[in-house]
Amino acid sequence: MAPQLAITLVFFYWPAGQALYQSMLRQDPFGLRTRFVWFANFRKVLADPAYLNSIKVTVVFSLATAIVAMCVALLLAVMAEKAVRGKGLYRTLLIWPYAVAPAIAGMLWLFLFNPSIGSLAYLLRSLGIAWDPLLNGTHAMILLVSAAAWKQISYNFLFFVAGLQAVPKTLIEAAAMDGAGETKRFWTIVFPLLAPTTFFLLVVNTVYALFDTFGIVHAVTGGGPGKATETLVYKVYNDGFVNLILGESAAQSVILMAIVIALTAIQFRYVERKVHYG
Amino acid sequence: MKLFGFAAGVAATLTLLSTTSAFAVTQISWWHAMTGANAEVVGKISKDFNASQSDYELVPVFKGTYPETLNAGIAAFRAGQAPDILQVFDVGTGVMMAAEGAIKPVAEVMTGAGMTFDKSQYLPGIVGYYSKPDGTMLSFPYNSSSPILYYNKDIFQKAGLDVNNPPKTWNEVWEAAKKIKTSGAAPCGYTSTWLTWIHLENFAAWNDVSWATQQNGLAGGDVELKINAPIFVNHFQALADLAKDGTFKYGGRTSEAKQIFLAGECGIFTESSGGLGDIVKSGMNYGIGQLPYDSDAKGAPQNTTPGGASLWVFGAKSDEQYKGVAAFFAYLSKTDVQEYLHQKSGYLPVTLAAYEATKKSGFYDKNPGRETPILQMTGKAPTDNSKGVRLPNLPQVRDIQNEEFEKMLAGQQTAQQALDNAVTRGNAAIKEALEN
Repeated sequence: MAPQLAITLVFFYWPAGQALYQSMLRQDPFGLRTRFVWFANFRKVLADPAYLNSIKVTVVFSLATAIVAMCVALLLAVMAEKAVRGKGLYRTLLIWPYAVAPAIAGMLWLFLFNPSIGSLAYLLRSLGIAWDPLLNGTHAMILLVSAAAWKQISYNFLFFVAGLQAVPKTLIEAAAMDGAGETKRFWTIVFPLLAPTTFFLLVVNTVYALFDTFGIVHAVTGGGPGKATETLVYKVYNDGFVNLILGESAAQSVILMAIVIALTAIQFRYVERKVHYG
Repeated sequence: MKLFGFAAGVAATLTLLSTTSAFAVTQISWWHAMTGANAEVVGKISKDFNASQSDYELVPVFKGTYPETLNAGIAAFRAGQAPDILQVFDVGTGVMMAAEGAIKPVAEVMTGAGMTFDKSQYLPGIVGYYSKPDGTMLSFPYNSSSPILYYNKDIFQKAGLDVNNPPKTWNEVWEAAKKIKTSGAAPCGYTSTWLTWIHLENFAAWNDVSWATQQNGLAGGDVELKINAPIFVNHFQALADLAKDGTFKYGGRTSEAKQIFLAGECGIFTESSGGLGDIVKSGMNYGIGQLPYDSDAKGAPQNTTPGGASLWVFGAKSDEQYKGVAAFFAYLSKTDVQEYLHQKSGYLPVTLAAYEATKKSGFYDKNPGRETPILQMTGKAPTDNSKGVRLPNLPQVRDIQNEEFEKMLAGQQTAQQALDNAVTRGNAAIKEALEN
């Protein structure tokens, strides 16, 4: 058997199979009493208003994070292209945040926006905004999106810089000769040519926001206030490892697995074909 | 955290491997969740116990926060690698009790080793909480704490309040908090850690009202929450009203509010007696008072319930190991060990002898307030409402309560709605857990 196949079997199919099996069991935390219940856990999870809320939270969070992270990165990349001096330094500095661990990024933002000791929270308050991420769900979500997006900007920046360099200078110069202004040149030439990069980043960012932000949620809000920031991944953890409801937690992770498979399929089948690779 | 857990695991494995081959002593593993000064106490007690005899070697291993330690123990049990002793926080008591096949009651461990667990030597409130309804002692109370009131004397002075007379009832707290706020002595009057533990569980016990049916779950069976009774609703509506203009400030679900108090933002603060260390360290001019009670409650103040953690012994170990565990528990009950634990960590002494000895040594005269949590817990014989609370899924039920409180404090619902929701959702979750 090929070694890569063995690795896939041991590290993917085995745990995935275990999750699938566990998702059809009802068990006490210690595993002393076990009942096989078929799809009862799935039925319960999908009928649970808290789970539906969690889906909503995840969609809002993922889209907001992806859009913010990509827009800011694109803006910075375009600016970086225009910089005459210190281009290298500017780029290096912008790439740094990528090296920060998610939980640490979360803590940094938590400190900045802590209602009692945060410097940015102080600023917001002096502007007359009643900043309170501990009780206000919208504020908590803004805080999370900022932390998660900030972390991802560097990565996007890198790809956009590379994408911009691949845009033929001749095209831009020709458009300039024809009298197209800077904004027009960007939207009619540069942006369409960046489409493959943009689509790739859209998928990567969405997957990041969906599955890779556990550390940030855990450090910043813990899913609160109420359930305002409880994403799907955080709910799997909370139900399984805090509340010790293993069957339902496993059912949720199986659903997540289905989502990942679907996303990957979309990326390969649909996005890859539709995007125009100049 | 994960990496740290892995490193700790590797370290523990290495210690186990290196020592089992070197000595013929029986290893007793103890997984705990103590950090800072409390971790030093664990280390010293273990070292002293190992030095006091040569048959057993106690190996303490740090496993993270309370919930992480409980989960590590459960995961290890499922994998057939359970430690001998596991420290489980009060909230996890019901989880452990529901797992009868997994644990060995402390009473049996002691009798098996030819010793007896003499309950009359221990603080009654604490032993009651860690016993089965039939009286069998299930776990060994290691660290117990009780919520008390702290106040900032400088802020009291500025607000024109009596610095030597902390508020005794909740109404007095609200009045004092308003005065602090309106006088401008501090931006906020009152804050609190652990709303679930202090304002529901201990509030019920201290005012001698029911938190749930079946003696708050201690008698077992089908438990229904009673926390939407008028006394709770009035209490929480008062909190919600004070939160509107910032007289009460919410800090978070666990002990985050301590920062707010330490920063001098609020004048009055309710928190565990175990939180004293940080307040002393901050150099604040602080005072301590009893946990306030509700002046509408007839029996108040009754007694508070134990928080903290206890030590559970896993089942299916060898007789030698159980003898070692019993020897350790006997050592832990010694007066000088308990005295050390109490004075160093701020937790309660669990034996009466250690309490008396500390009293005689003049410790409480030098450290007024350190006796308050003990007096609170032992002042009156506990009633059916004040022996503690127990559910097979208390962590989950507390989560539900916190979620509803947060919505209430954000102004999205009234106290009545919040507590009604907490009862409905909580009861449904308890039913689910019992079906397992």
